Amino acid sequence: MSRGQPAAARVELAPERLEARVIGDWTIRTLMTVIAEVRQGLALVPANFAWNLSGLGRLDSFGATLLWRAWKGRWPERLVLDPAHRAVIERIALSAEHPIPAAPRFTVADAIATLGGALIAFVEHLLSFVALLGRLGLDLVYLLRNPREWPLLEISANVFKVGVKAMPVTALVGFLIGVVLSYLSALQLKIFGADAFIVNILGLGIIRELGPVLVSVLVAGRSGSAMTAQLGVMRVTEEIDALAAMGVSRSLRLVLPKVIALTLAMPLLVLWTSSVALIGGWVSALIELDISFHFFVTALPDAVPIANLYIGLAKGAVFGLLIALIACHFGLRVQPNTESLSTHTTASVVSAITVVILADAVFAIATRSIGIPG
Amino acid sequence: MSAGADTIVSLRGVVTRFGRNVVHDGLDLEVERGEIVALVGGSGSGKTTLLRHIIGLTQPQGGEVRLFGERLDEGSVNARIARQRRYGVLFQQGALFSALTVGENIAFPLKELGIARHEELDALVALKLAMVEMEPENALMMPAELSGGMIKRAALARALALEPELLLLDEPTAGLDPDRSASFVRLILALRQELGLTVVLVTHDLDTLAAMATRVAVLADRRIVSYAPLQETLHVKHPFIERFFHGEHGRRALARANGES
Repeated sequence: MSRGQPAAARVELAPERLEARVIGDWTIRTLMTVIAEVRQGLALVPANFAWNLSGLGRLDSFGATLLWRAWKGRWPERLVLDPAHRAVIERIALSAEHPIPAAPRFTVADAIATLGGALIAFVEHLLSFVALLGRLGLDLVYLLRNPREWPLLEISANVFKVGVKAMPVTALVGFLIGVVLSYLSALQLKIFGADAFIVNILGLGIIRELGPVLVSVLVAGRSGSAMTAQLGVMRVTEEIDALAAMGVSRSLRLVLPKVIALTLAMPLLVLWTSSVALIGGWVSALIELDISFHFFVTALPDAVPIANLYIGLAKGAVFGLLIALIACHFGLRVQPNTESLSTHTTASVVSAITVVILADAVFAIATRSIGIPG
Repeated sequence: MSAGADTIVSLRGVVTRFGRNVVHDGLDLEVERGEIVALVGGSGSGKTTLLRHIIGLTQPQGGEVRLFGERLDEGSVNARIARQRRYGVLFQQGALFSALTVGENIAFPLKELGIARHEELDALVALKLAMVEMEPENALMMPAELSGGMIKRAALARALALEPELLLLDEPTAGLDPDRSASFVRLILALRQELGLTVVLVTHDLDTLAAMATRVAVLADRRIVSYAPLQETLHVKHPFIERFFHGEHGRRALARANGES
């Protein structure tokens, strides 16, 4: 193959000799700039013309593919080319006999199979979730018998990570929600002159309902996704297998500390967020309705029975437990590839938020006669 | 162009530091067209780092890296992209895109150029698969379904997609059994014959090295201590070379290679 300055790739027609001349370097890089002209030139060659490739410089598989397709997958009857070029085109001809199979089409049967597959996958998710629960139950029994093996360090590290580090963001969101809720309620209450009821609305709404759900959504997005991704990456890098090979239970060291830590940290986060949200509500009430802090604080215990606080904290603990369990469940199911990691992280957050809202509905029904004043 | 027109890779006075740890100190290396250069050296001697310098993934703190006679940071953005398309890289773990099928992986660099049509892409993918001795059916598989040897082959097919002049291999036979690694070596030798490739490879494997390399670059003491064909390298007096080639394992590997040729 000749080297030096690349000659522009082109096809020239010599009608007087019924011949098409292929000239220049036909490589993917030289063809890049002139591809449209070359395609046009190849299309214009009449079927009865001979092909003269003696002016061809370098030829790579892309150039050879262009020629082979222009020849409609057959060697032309009259053809001039040197052996090196023939070898390149021969390889294309050879591999054209074994084309890559077409990707299977999507049929009705596939649709039914997909539907059935989704159902089976759902059942399988439930089963492995139950298996994870059972595994954790056995771990707890084991720890009660061997109290020295409690993974206290991991638990405290996780409490710091999911609890303490989440305090700024939950406070900010809680404060703003408190302000907005209070402002909107104050506008309505002013019409009726029922200013003092702002305490009832904020107290009951935030402590019993909004605080726990708000924190859960934030924690599911913040800590739940992190847990899933962490376990997922550990699966990708075979760290979980390494733990298992050392005889260390992955549920005991990785899952249980996360579950316990989030179950412990969530009620505290709920308390913190609800308090900040109430302060935000009071700020708005002060501006709109001129309600003093003293009045707000003294009216709160009368307006909101203490049972509501217990319900809020219990919700926090249960929601924390659910978020951590779901996050770990999805994290352990990650396959060792990037696609699986991203789908499982998304699924983990979406499922956690959905389950939390479902659980909240169950709470609402189960506690409908507790802590409602009047 | 000057006399160095056929120098594909040229490293001059390369200095690399990681914090206080000096890895390369005034390292020189030139690779001529058509050579198969094996980079050997102890763990942590900076072989892979050197490869990353050549690709331009990392920049040395000092010295100069030239590819095809041009400095790595030379020219417009388009010129740099065009230069990057002149070499193919086989990463140690293959680095196939896990979200794409094998066929899509191989077609990816071609698609990026945006000049090939759908049917031409299929034809080229079939050709590259045949080149690396894989079946056309493998095109539909996902990288996660492939074995280690198949991943290397598929990654090689992707590295060859743009018909590079220079092929960079990072531990091409690591993690393959001896039989598979021997056939991988044969494959690369055959491809080099067909396509006129220049190859730079990093390896620990003496069998691979003895079977492939036209020259061996020994990386020790922060520079290239020997750069010569294997037979001459064996006579160089240097502690690392003696350990590496004249140890128990080394002698056996060399005897095997001599027996074959």
